[in-house]
Amino acid sequence: MSTYPVLDQKDTRSGFGAGLLELGRKNPQVVALCADLTGSLKMDAFEKAFPERFFQVGIAEANMMGVAAGLTIGGKIPFTGTFANFSTGRVYDQIRQSIAYAGKNVKICASHAGLTLGEDGATHQILEDVGLMRMLPGMTVVVPADHNQTHQATLAISAHEGPCYLRFGRPKWPVFIPKDLPFEIGKAQVLTEGNDVTLIACGHLVWRALQAAEELEKAGISAEVINLHTIKPLDEAAVLASVAKTGCVVTCEEHNRLGGMGDAVAQVLCTHRPTPQEYVAVNDSFGESGTPDQLLKKYGLDTPDIVKAAKAVLARK
Amino acid sequence: MSHSPAAATAPVTDIEQLERIASQIRRDIVRQVHAVQSGHPGGSLGCADLFTALYFSVMHHHPTPWDMDGKRQDLFFLSNGHISPVFYSTLARSGYFPVKELATFRHIDSRLQGHPTTHEGLPGVRMASGSLGQGMSVAIGAALSKKMNGDDRLVFSLHGDGELQEGQIWEAALFAPAKQVDNLISIVDLNGRQIDGDVDDVLPLGDLKAKWLAFGWDVLETNGNDMALLLKTLEEAKNRTGKGRPVMILMRTEMGQGVDFMMHSHEWHGIAPNDEQLNKALAQLPETLGDY
Repeated sequence: MSTYPVLDQKDTRSGFGAGLLELGRKNPQVVALCADLTGSLKMDAFEKAFPERFFQVGIAEANMMGVAAGLTIGGKIPFTGTFANFSTGRVYDQIRQSIAYAGKNVKICASHAGLTLGEDGATHQILEDVGLMRMLPGMTVVVPADHNQTHQATLAISAHEGPCYLRFGRPKWPVFIPKDLPFEIGKAQVLTEGNDVTLIACGHLVWRALQAAEELEKAGISAEVINLHTIKPLDEAAVLASVAKTGCVVTCEEHNRLGGMGDAVAQVLCTHRPTPQEYVAVNDSFGESGTPDQLLKKYGLDTPDIVKAAKAVLARK
Repeated sequence: MSHSPAAATAPVTDIEQLERIASQIRRDIVRQVHAVQSGHPGGSLGCADLFTALYFSVMHHHPTPWDMDGKRQDLFFLSNGHISPVFYSTLARSGYFPVKELATFRHIDSRLQGHPTTHEGLPGVRMASGSLGQGMSVAIGAALSKKMNGDDRLVFSLHGDGELQEGQIWEAALFAPAKQVDNLISIVDLNGRQIDGDVDDVLPLGDLKAKWLAFGWDVLETNGNDMALLLKTLEEAKNRTGKGRPVMILMRTEMGQGVDFMMHSHEWHGIAPNDEQLNKALAQLPETLGDY
């Protein structure tokens, strides 16, 4: 099993901010809009470098989505920035009609997703956004694993024609994806190879899945860890190839178990290769205030929960 | 009937000729809605003069070759997408697509969906609309895009008065003057009616002129069913662009204008005429360009 040393501790939102700044330098068509969360989204460097291409829209997310859709007419590539809750649930109809149905090249960039937002609590901890976005026809949904990958994904979605949803988060988190690991939208990454069980994870839980794989190895269980950074389009071939080998799967996501990445994987499996699956996900509830670590533990998304789910699914083979 | 797209874009200044075009568009509206027994004739008829004025006289635009970006052209966004019959007829009659395609309105496999969409690739439509309140934001974005591209052409948008009950309109209303989006002319169709009745009964809008002025817009008022006055107002609106403020035209119209039994009521917002009513309506609307 190859290992991934912790290179640093950084928030994924900073990866987005760095990626956006790089894009600003590379592509004059890239513009950015933010709804009064410039610092939180780490968009301030872009704003400072390219004030003429940055639009502070105030606390008016519906208008932001519409303005972004309009900016595409004339060739701009707009990146919207706000918290994941306000990027999706609050503006679902605007995204649905003016962006997705209209086929506009808008990049919806969403920070502070999931429980690891922490102390702000359930009003801000959206656990339904991946489900909402993957249901929209034509929407690409990307949930990168760490700071480096969020940087890469920000560049990748700009080159990907069509509406995209990029989900990232608030806390400092282990940086472990090497900068030279190729990133391709729709192409899952097998981070460690194994034969007994497949752990498919996205976002912050990829690191937890790697830790779980190490724990499982100590127990003599060989786990394959897949970073499914693109939820849509989903890399069906990678999923099916892995379960053909292991015969069981655990999906790990910082999202409601209903409608998220686990359900996307389950749909592939039940259609092509029925396979025992366990979900490590929030069990159809809202979150609450707490530290990210406390919340992952309380809501069953921690390393021991993945280990436990792996053992449970192995027993069902 | 055949027609030349190139001729369609040459500005028409003769008021009577514009009124003749509007009469044909009104015929097209009631015939589209009648044929499929669904759609929204009332608001469409009320706005036929505006669409005629914009597409045949005021706007600088090239129906062919069609392209989404519309660089160096004036752009139009229909926010109240349910009045699609008047939009489709105007686009067809000005050369964006064959007039005979109006016969497919709301049919299966048609590019003329119940509400306008880019999804089917219909030339002339740059945004999906139907869910209300979204078009002003889109028009603002397109206007900003033009500014960034050094394109001095204008963006027009049309909204229903009932639509102003949507909150997003007021987010956009606040944003456009604050960002000096002064290449935008938005028009509100003040027909005073919405599905459930008169706007004043459903949810009154209050003093709209004072509201838009307070938000920082330059505001004009006009009668949208007086072609000469409408043209004058649109030209005045163009003169007021480029001065730091977006321009709002509060345009009084009569829902159902041109068909007597559809006027003075909200009843014809979204219902189709039967055969007898169709004939009665067409008798009031001279065929001027040839029916499809």
